[in-house]
Formats: sequence, C-alpha cells, structure tokens
Amino acid sequence: MGLETIIGLEIHVELDTKSKIFCSCSTEFGAKPNENTCPICIGLPGTLPVLNEEVVNLAIKAGTALNCNINMINKTDRKNYFYPDLPKAYQISQYDMPICTGGWIEIESGGKTKKVGITRIHIEEDAGKLIHLEDEPFTLVDYNRTGVPLIEIVTEPDLRSSEEAVAFLKALKSILEYAEISDCRMEQGSLRCDANISVREIGQKDFNTKVEIKNLNSFKEVAKALEKEERRQKELYNFGEGHKIKQETRKWDAGKGRTVSMRSKEDAHDYRYFPEPDLPPVTIKEELINKIKKTLPELASEKAKRFSQEYKLNEKDIDILISSKEIADYFETVVSLGSEPKEASNWITVELLRVMKQTEVIPVKAEQLAGLIKLVDKGTISRSAAKEVFDELVSSDKDPEEIVKKRGLSQISSSDQLEEIIDSVLNQNSQAVEDYKNGKGKAIGFLIGQIMKETKGKANPNIAREILLEKLK
Amino acid sequence: MKIHKMTIEEIKQGLEDKKITAEELVGTYINRIKKLDGKVGAFLTLQEEEALNAAQKIDEKIQKGLDIGPLGGVPVAIKDNICMKGVKTTCASKMLEDFIPPYDATVIEKLKDAGAVIIGKVNMDEFAMGSSTENSYFKKTKNPWDLSKVPGGSSGGSAASVAAGFTPIALGSDTGGSIRQPAAFCGTVGLKPTYGLVSRYGLIAFGSSLDQIGPITKTVKDCAVGLLAIQGHDPMDSTSVQHEVEKDYLDEIEKGVKGFKIGVPKEFFMEGLDKEIGRAIRKSMERLEGMGAEVEEFSLPIEDSGLSAYYIISSAEASSNLARYDGVRYGYRSKDFDDFEELIVKTRTEGFGNEVKRRIMLGTYVLSSGYYDAYYKKAMKYRKKIQKSYREAFEKYDLILGPTSPILPFTVGEKINNPLEMYLADIYTVNVNLAGLPAISMPCGFSNTKLPIGLQLIGDHFTEKKLLRAAYALEQELGVCNEVPSLGEEE
Repeated sequence: MGLETIIGLEIHVELDTKSKIFCSCSTEFGAKPNENTCPICIGLPGTLPVLNEEVVNLAIKAGTALNCNINMINKTDRKNYFYPDLPKAYQISQYDMPICTGGWIEIESGGKTKKVGITRIHIEEDAGKLIHLEDEPFTLVDYNRTGVPLIEIVTEPDLRSSEEAVAFLKALKSILEYAEISDCRMEQGSLRCDANISVREIGQKDFNTKVEIKNLNSFKEVAKALEKEERRQKELYNFGEGHKIKQETRKWDAGKGRTVSMRSKEDAHDYRYFPEPDLPPVTIKEELINKIKKTLPELASEKAKRFSQEYKLNEKDIDILISSKEIADYFETVVSLGSEPKEASNWITVELLRVMKQTEVIPVKAEQLAGLIKLVDKGTISRSAAKEVFDELVSSDKDPEEIVKKRGLSQISSSDQLEEIIDSVLNQNSQAVEDYKNGKGKAIGFLIGQIMKETKGKANPNIAREILLEKLK
Repeated sequence: MKIHKMTIEEIKQGLEDKKITAEELVGTYINRIKKLDGKVGAFLTLQEEEALNAAQKIDEKIQKGLDIGPLGGVPVAIKDNICMKGVKTTCASKMLEDFIPPYDATVIEKLKDAGAVIIGKVNMDEFAMGSSTENSYFKKTKNPWDLSKVPGGSSGGSAASVAAGFTPIALGSDTGGSIRQPAAFCGTVGLKPTYGLVSRYGLIAFGSSLDQIGPITKTVKDCAVGLLAIQGHDPMDSTSVQHEVEKDYLDEIEKGVKGFKIGVPKEFFMEGLDKEIGRAIRKSMERLEGMGAEVEEFSLPIEDSGLSAYYIISSAEASSNLARYDGVRYGYRSKDFDDFEELIVKTRTEGFGNEVKRRIMLGTYVLSSGYYDAYYKKAMKYRKKIQKSYREAFEKYDLILGPTSPILPFTVGEKINNPLEMYLADIYTVNVNLAGLPAISMPCGFSNTKLPIGLQLIGDHFTEKKLLRAAYALEQELGVCNEVPSLGEEE
C-alpha cells in the first residue's frame, strides 16, 4: 500500500513598512525594549486603530505577485484570546473576507515544475515578545513588535513532500523580496512558517486527520520537522494504527530534533471572531490595483531568463546571483560600470558571498569591485594580489588603486625588466633548464615559481611565462 | 443673578459685559459642588486648582479683548469614561481606580480649544453598563429632584451635575440610552449625536459600534452650543465621518416646527408605559400640532426585539473591549497568583463588578463557536432590519417622537437585583443606537410626585439641526426648563 504526504503551509510575513499597521510607531528592528510603542499599539483604554494605507498597498502587491484575486471589499475582524504579549487581548486580523484569495505560484522540485495554490492572503497585526529570564520569577514583555504589519499567506494542501515545501518557501521568499514586500529575514522573525501535514493512501480522495506544526524557524528546520512528522504518521498507518493520529498542534523542538504535542483539537482556542467595529470595511479601487501592478518589479524567474540571454552566464551562477534581489542588482551595477559579466559574476559568487557569510550587508561598493576588476583586466595587478586588495576593500572605503599603490602590488609587466630577472633565474637553475630540455614539463612550474620569488610575486605571470618559453626554445 | 441657574448663553453675556469674571463664576460652581455634592454624589474627581487656573486665563483674554471661544469660561463636567491627560479616568470601576491616561480624548481637546473650563470627572455605572448609576464601584449618585431616587444611567453623574446646578453642561456617553435616559430622569436636555459625528477617540469603549459622546445641558440652545464644540471629523477615529453636514445648529433654531411631519410609533404606548408619562407625551403631541406641526401615529414594530439585539451586540463588543483589563500593564492587579491564567482570572474576578461580569459572560457566550449564528449573527440581521424600518419611516416623517423612558425615576435599590427589569428601562432608546441615529431627550413635564418626565425626538442621520430646532420650539412652548431642584436648600 502506497502512502502520500499532504502538506499545506501558513506563512506569516512582516511587511516592509516604516510605521506600524494602526499607529505611527516605527517598525524598526533592534530598538530598545518598548521604545517603539505608543498608547495605541499598547492598547490603552480609549485608543482606536487607524489602518496604515501602505499595508493595504503591500498586501495588494503580494496578492498580485502571487496571482491572487484582490477583493475590492474586504474587512477586518477581531480574534480574541488572552496572552500577555497581546495588549488588547484581541488581534485585529481578517476572518471571512480577506484582502486576497485564490492565487498560485510555480515551484521547481525534483526536476519538475508544479503549480501550488494560494488559498488566501490576509492582513493582521503582530504581537509582542515575552522574555523569560532564567532563575527569575517574572516574565518581561517587549511590545516593540506589537502592531507590526503582517500578511498571512495560506496555501492549498498541494505540497507532497518536505522538498516541495522548502522549494515553495524559497520561491515565495524570492518573490516577496523581489517585490520589496518584505525583507523575509527568518532569523529576525520577519518570515515565519507553520505547516499542516497528513498522509493518505495514493488514490484516496479525502484527506485524513492533519497535524499542525509550529515553531519552524529556518528552511532546514521546516524540512527536518516535516520529514520527522511524515515518518511518524506513515509508521502509524503502516502499522494499522492510523486512527491514533489526532488533530493537534505540535511544536518543533529544534534542539531535540522532534515534535512535541502542544494542544489537542479539544483544547484549541475559540477565538470568537467578529467584525472589528472600530474600522470600516476596506474598499479598494480598480485604479489602485492597476497602479500597483505597474510597480511590480521583474521577478526572479524572469530575471534568470534575462541574465542567461543578456550576460551569457551559466545556470549555476545565475541561481546564485538571483537568490537575492540585492545581489542581482549589485551584479548589474558592477557590469554597468564596465566589468565583463563573467568576471563580475565570479568575483561575486566566490569572493563576495564568502565574506558575506559573516555580514548581512554587502561590504564592498559596486564601484570598488568594478575598479578592482579593471585593474586585473589591464594587468596592473595579479589575480592573487587582487584577492589581497579585495580583502582590504571589505573593511575600507578606499579606492582599489590607492590600496595597490600603498601596498606596492603593481605587477612587473615590462618585458625588459622581466628579461633581466629571467636571465638571472635561468643562470642560477641550470639543472631545471636541463630537466625541461629532457622533456620534464614540470620544471617550467618550478622556474616560474623562482621568478615569482625573485619579484616578490609581482611578475605578471602570463608575460613571464611567454618570455621564459621563448628563452628555453 | 443666581449663577448656578445660568445657561451658557447667559454666562457668555455675563462675561462679555464684565458683570462677572470667569474666576468668580468657576469659583461659585466649585463652592456649590463642595457644599452640596455630599448629598448628590455626582463628582468622582474635582479639578479645583486646574479649573481656577483655566478661568484666570480666560479672564486675561477678556481683559485683552481676545476671543474666548464659544464655551469660554463655561464649566464642564466630564463623564469618567472620557480620557483626560494626567487626570484619573476610572470608568467608575475598581479595575481602573488609579488609571491616569497619558492623553486627552479628542472631545477634551475640542472643549479646551473652545475655551471650556473642565471642572471635574463625574460618576457613572461601571464601564457605562447600567441605567441607574448604582453600578459605580465608588458611590451612588442621587437624583437631585428627589434624593431617594436614582438619576438614571449610565451618565447619571453628568445629568445630576447639570440638574443640581453644579455645571451648566456635562459630557456623557450613550451606547443604548445612557445620555437620554438620565437626562430624562434628571429633567435635563441630553443629545446622542448621529454615530460618527463626534470622535470616540479617548472614550473608553463599551460597545464600539454604538457608543457616542454627547452633551447634557439645561436648555436646548446650550445643547446645540455644546454639540457644535465637540463634533467634527477626527483622523484618529476611523468611524468618524467626513460627511458634509449642516452644522449651523443655532442659525434657524428659533424658526419653529410649522410644516414638520412628526411620526409617533403606536408601539410606544403599549403595555409597560407609565400612565403619567403617556399623558405628558400626548400633551406635547397636541402642543406641537397647535404650533403647526403635522403629528401622526404610525406602526414601527421593532421595539421588543431591538432590546435583545442591543444586549447581544453591545455585550459581544464589550466582552472583547474589556478583555484588555488583565492586570498585566495598568489598572488593578490581583495580589497573589502563580501563573498568567491565575493573574487574569483573579484580577478580573476582583476588579469587575457584577453587572460588568454579567455582560462579559453574555457577550462571550453569544460569540462562541456554535452559538454565533444563533445569537450574534441573528442580532446583526435584526439590526439591519431596524435600520431599514427607520429609513422607511424617515421617508415619511421629519422626526419621530415618543417617551425617553417607560418609567419614572425609581427608588435607589429598587431594581438593582433585577437586571431584566433594569434592561427594560432602555426599551425606547436602544434602537436609536442600533440604527446610528441622532436623538434628543428633553423635559416635557413632571409627575404628580414632582419627578421629571422626558420626551425623545429622533431624527434621520445627520439631521441634528432639525432635531434641535423642533426641540427648541417645544421647549419654549412648554416652558419647563427653568427650574432647578432645591436640594433642601433655602433659595
């Protein structure tokens, strides 16, 4: 009996707005605890929410990018529950009339492309953060995140494996980043994912009982948790104990690498949704949707096609370059400053991304990298010297030429100067010359090495090699 | 000149003619409150020093010949569910006993801009839930006309303050009749504006889709002046309308009711209406006819079910609005608890009074899954039906007239243990809130026992101008607004 896995995702994405969804507080990450708060976002009695228009605009943008219908009339609702990080004891969200419904995106997994349905996108406010201090009898609350705008994206149960789930998340992240809807930083919590998973016999029409998994903080954890839960459910089925799978919410414990039951269906909250009386329904005009559609930038898949045609790059390099819009834009800036595309791509995919494992921002300006590439191209410096210069550029605003001068890294490219050095090297290494003439090709490498040693690495290796071969004829 | 009997119009005149200073005026009111409020129990917080300072500033302006604003120097009492920066705002609840808002409600800003002198915060039913002001955690307010009777509620402190001559104007809030019913019980004029005309920013929410702030005054003209000062679009309140409405309430207020078509729902005179109230209303109908209005009885069969819809919707919203009082950030917090759940349960058990708990439970129940459709959804459908019935009625009539309350002010303690009987006191007022309409309650006579009787005029959305004009005409005809209760004092 064959079993298949059914997965649907719920993704919370922080929108890239300057101010919060219902007040004018800043949404900036990393402020001092409770610095970005006001009477409205901490829900003091008597205060009222006013919807930030930018939130509606970004949600429309997301809906457009994910091929959804935009609902011209949608409304907000209150989701009621008690928790210390929720100052009004209700979250303003959207229940039965969300802003977007019925979309899809295309994903690639296991060599196949597949359409994944988007059920809905709705707007809502984020909650605060609890800080539990070890060995203290109290809990601290930081309300900076309270009222930060979110969209929740719910997929159809169209995913069939953890690989597909991760492929979906990567595709989604890329779209949202490219469209500048969110910075999608999972480690800062600006993209959060919950998963619903069930298994059923292949060919079966109905779905079996599903389990919700929360606390998935990276793509890796998503894959691990889903595989683990898939195995648990499949084993129960294969054992004829499929009925033991209960509808529940399980929390992924990344440290222990397993899921733990959080609450069963019976303990599920009754959120007592009802229409938010403090906000009138959101009405959207056709013109606004059209205007936003026009501002939608080129998405990753389109960019990949263009990079292949325009810059003749290979698929592997393109994948790396377009993995983030920031990097893709950076690449195009370097090229526009005169660098050869393949060369620019190499520097970015190898050197730049190596140092970016430690930093979030691009540490070298496009002008600096373009300047460096030009110096190599002209033969002013060697490739190895260029790497040295690059490492300094990471922490410096200086012009690459200045660094080359300061460090004395210019290559010796003048034939006269090189001939003199090569003659002396040949005189001192007659054995190697003898070996070469006896057919030992390796000796040439030794001789080049000696030339480099004499010039402290400054000899232009190509020119040196030419002269050397000429002299050994 | 008895200062405590003065209308806003007379105060303005007195200040302009320099017959009296604002400081003298405010000082006189404060002294009266200090002397007599022990009997009435209207005030929770008296802002003596701040009020006298504000009055001095008004006097300086008068000295310099500057404009003092439409409410310049006029003392105002504020219902204690309207936030004032730096001043305790308690909602008459233990839960908010020490709550000091860091901001002014929009109406407070508007009053200050109009030159008003805020004299203090007045009593109410806890979180505006009740019809007698007996649900206050702090004290019971008495009806100035008969200290053994309730002043009505929930804005009982506001109505009593005006009736007792403590302030010429007070602000109340009206979710299901909380301005009009106490205005009727205390023989004062009270107006509930069209939903969205006055900003709710800073009004501590009870039923957000029903709540409106409005003025309580001695006369209809004063009511118009008060409304003019507090109305207007507010970007801080998304339900406040940007509607272009006729706001020159005073311009044609003296033009009479000739040609007005006034409808009176037959259902208002059915079982449960006090006979004396019925007679007073009929007498007013005759007088209006005599003044040239066309008065006609018609059927508006919505009264009874409106009450159920009202209690379902208002309690549902209240259960959510009052959920934030959990003892975490501000307000009352229970002393011992072991975890978060216990903190919430104990805080709310100890911090809320019985009526508030009753409504939170009712509201939670009607929103629960499995019951939502049978209660909340059905009530919302009924609300639409009520709106439609009124819309149809206003195609025929300029105004709708009836009693404000089916009963006369009752004795303190009489109904406190019978919530259902108490809820029936709202039968003529709640539908107005469900439909979002403006309505005014004004005195139309006294009972044999010398208790005030209130008459309610209801208008179509944003027809406050017409409403005030008709009320003014009737007020002049009946001549009932000139008396102030003696409070056992020698005049």
